[in-house]
Amino acid sequence: MSRFTWDRAVIVLLVATFAVGAVLDPNFASGSNLGFVIQDIGEIMLIALPMTLLIMTGEIDLSVASTAALAGCVLGWTWRESGSMAVAVVAALATGVVCGSVNGFLVTRLGLGSLAVTIGSLGLYRGLCYALLGDSTVADFPTGWTDLGYSTIPGTSLPYVAPVLVAFAVAFGVLLHLTRTGRWLFAIGQSAEAARFAGIPVARLKFWLFVTTGAVSGLAGIVYDLRFASARPDGALGFELAVIASVLFGGVSIFGGVGTMWGVAGAVLFLGSVRSLLQLRNVPPNALTIVTGGLLLGSVVVPVLAARLQAYREQHASDVPPAAPP
Amino acid sequence: MKHVPGAMFGATLGTAVGKAVGSREAPVAGALVVVLVVTSVVNPRFLSDQGRFDLMVAIAITGLMAIGQTFVLVMRHVDLSVGSVLGLSAFISASAVKGQPDGSLLTVLILGLAVGLAAGLVNGLLVAALGLPALVVTLGTLYVFQGVQALLTGGTRINADQLPTSVVRFGVSGGLGIPWLMWVCLAAALVGAVFLRTRRTGRDLYAVGSNPPAARLVGIPVVRRTLLAYAVSGAAAGLAGVLFLARFGGVDSNAGLGYELPVVAACVVGGVNILGGSGTVAGALLGAMLLKTMGVSLSALSVPEFWQQAINGLLLIIAITADRFVFLHRARIAREEAIRLRRAIRLAAERELEVSR
Repeated sequence: MSRFTWDRAVIVLLVATFAVGAVLDPNFASGSNLGFVIQDIGEIMLIALPMTLLIMTGEIDLSVASTAALAGCVLGWTWRESGSMAVAVVAALATGVVCGSVNGFLVTRLGLGSLAVTIGSLGLYRGLCYALLGDSTVADFPTGWTDLGYSTIPGTSLPYVAPVLVAFAVAFGVLLHLTRTGRWLFAIGQSAEAARFAGIPVARLKFWLFVTTGAVSGLAGIVYDLRFASARPDGALGFELAVIASVLFGGVSIFGGVGTMWGVAGAVLFLGSVRSLLQLRNVPPNALTIVTGGLLLGSVVVPVLAARLQAYREQHASDVPPAAPP
Repeated sequence: MKHVPGAMFGATLGTAVGKAVGSREAPVAGALVVVLVVTSVVNPRFLSDQGRFDLMVAIAITGLMAIGQTFVLVMRHVDLSVGSVLGLSAFISASAVKGQPDGSLLTVLILGLAVGLAAGLVNGLLVAALGLPALVVTLGTLYVFQGVQALLTGGTRINADQLPTSVVRFGVSGGLGIPWLMWVCLAAALVGAVFLRTRRTGRDLYAVGSNPPAARLVGIPVVRRTLLAYAVSGAAAGLAGVLFLARFGGVDSNAGLGYELPVVAACVVGGVNILGGSGTVAGALLGAMLLKTMGVSLSALSVPEFWQQAINGLLLIIAITADRFVFLHRARIAREEAIRLRRAIRLAAERELEVSR
C-alpha cells in the first residue's frame, strides 16, 4: 500500500459520503440533487482551481470574492448602460483580469506580502462594488442568459455550469501535474529561492497566477450573477474563506509545494455533498459550519498525529533489538 | 564634564521627540489628526459631545481586538477566529444574565473574558503544541466557534430589555467625557503596550516572530509564549464581545461576522508586520482609530458611506507599500554604510602597514 496522503483520504471520504448518502436518503443520489450540488458549488470550485496554484507557490489571494462581486457588478452595470450582454461579459472578465493584475503587481513588483495586500484589495474591490451600483441591484438580465445560470442542460439534470467546471478542473489539473510550468509551481512552493537560482521565472509566474485567479474569479462573478439573476454589491460575500478552506481541506499545504488538483476538486465536491446530505436530513444549517470547520481542522491535525504515531512506532521498533554495546 | 540638568533634559526630550516623529506610528497619528481636523471644520457636529462619544464607542471594539491581535501577529501567527469568539462570548455572557434586570456587569465581564480565554487556548494549543499552521487552525475555529454560537442562539436574539440595566448603561455612559467602552480599550492598550515593550516575556514574542528557530535555540519557551499570545488575543476578543453586547444592547447570530479581516487590517495600517517581529500595541490602536474615524468622517462629510471600504483597503495598501519603501531605503543605507566602513578599515590597515615599513 502506498503512503497515506490527505488528497487520497478526501477521495475516499467523497465516495463514502455518496455511499452513506445513497443508503440514508433516496433523494440524495438522485440526478436532480446531484445537479443541485454542482450548481451550489460552482463559484467555489471555479475559484478554488487557480487558488490551488497560488497557494502551491506559497502565496494567497483573499480578494477573490470581492473580485467576483466587482466583476458581477460590472456585468450588471455594463448591461444596464450598454444593453449588450456580450459587451458586459467581456467587461466583467476584463475587470477580473485588472483586479488580479493589481494584486500581482503589488506582490511581485513591489515585493509586498500577499496576505496583507489582498486583505487591502478585498476592501478596495468590495468598496468599488458599492461605488458602482450603490445599494441598488440590477435584476433585468435577459432570460436567455439567466437560463444558463439556473436551468439544466436539456435531456439531463446537469446545470450548464457542470461542463464548464469539468473543463476548467481538467485544464488546471493538466497544467499542474503534466506540464513543465506545473513542475515549476511545485518547485517554487518548495523553495522560491532555489527555484529562482534554477532559472525559473518566479516573479513572472506568480504575477500570471494572480492574473489567472482574478480572471477566473471574474468568471465566477458572472456565474453567480446568472445563477441568482441579479447583480448586487454584496454578492459572493465571505466566499474567500470558503474557497481557501476547500483548498486547504483538499490537502494543499498552506506553506506551498504540496497538493494535488484532484484533491481540491474532490474536497469542493465533498463539502458540497455533505452540505446537501445534512440539509436533506434536516440538520440545522449551523451544524454545517461546525462540520466545515471541524473537517478543516481534521485535515491538518490527522496528518500531524499520523506522522507522530509513525515516528513513535519507528522509534519503538528500533528499541526492540537493543543496540550491541561497542 | 559639567553637569547641566536643563541641557540634559532638553537633549533627552529632543531625542524622544525625534524618535516619536520618526516612528512608524507618527504618520498614522498625523493622518488621524488631519482627518479629525478636516472633518470637524467641514462638519462641526462631527466632534460635538455626541459625535465624539459615538466615534470612541465605534473605535473601542475594533481597537481592543486589534490590541490582542498584535500579540499574535508579532509572533508571525494570525488569529482569524476573533470575530467568532466575539459572537460566542457576547452570546454566552448575555445568556447567563438574561432576564435579570439587576444582574451584575462584573459577571458578564468575567464570563466574556473566560469564554475568550478558553477559545484562545484552543487556538493556542492547536498552533503551539501540534505545530499546525495558524492560518488554517484559526480559519477552522472561525467556522467551529461561529457554528457553536449559531447552534446556541438557534436563531434567537437577546434584546436590550432582557439584559441587566448595568450592562446597557455601561454601553451608553462614560467618565471624563470618555465612554466606559473606550476606557476598557485604553486600559488594555496601556497594559498590553507596557508588557510588550518592557517585560522580558513580551520581548520574547518579538524574538520568536523575527526568527523562530533562533528563538528556540536561545532557550525561549516558544510553545508557552505562543499559548500566551493566543490567550491574550482570545481574551481581548472575549472582552470585545461584552463591549459589543453593551454597545448594541443585544446579540444575535450575526454578531462579529466578518470582523477578522478589518482587525488584521487595523494592525497592519498601524505598522504591525504581518510577517512577525515588529509592531506595537499603540500602532495597532492608532490603526483601528484611523480606519474607524475615516468611516465615520466619510458619512459626516456626506460622502456615501460605501466608499469607506474602498478607502480603508486603499489605506492598507498604501501603508504596506510605504513600509516596503522605507525598508528598502534603510537596507540601502545600511549597505552603503557597511561598504564605507569596510573601505575605511582597509585604508586604515594600509596606512598602518606603510607606517610600520
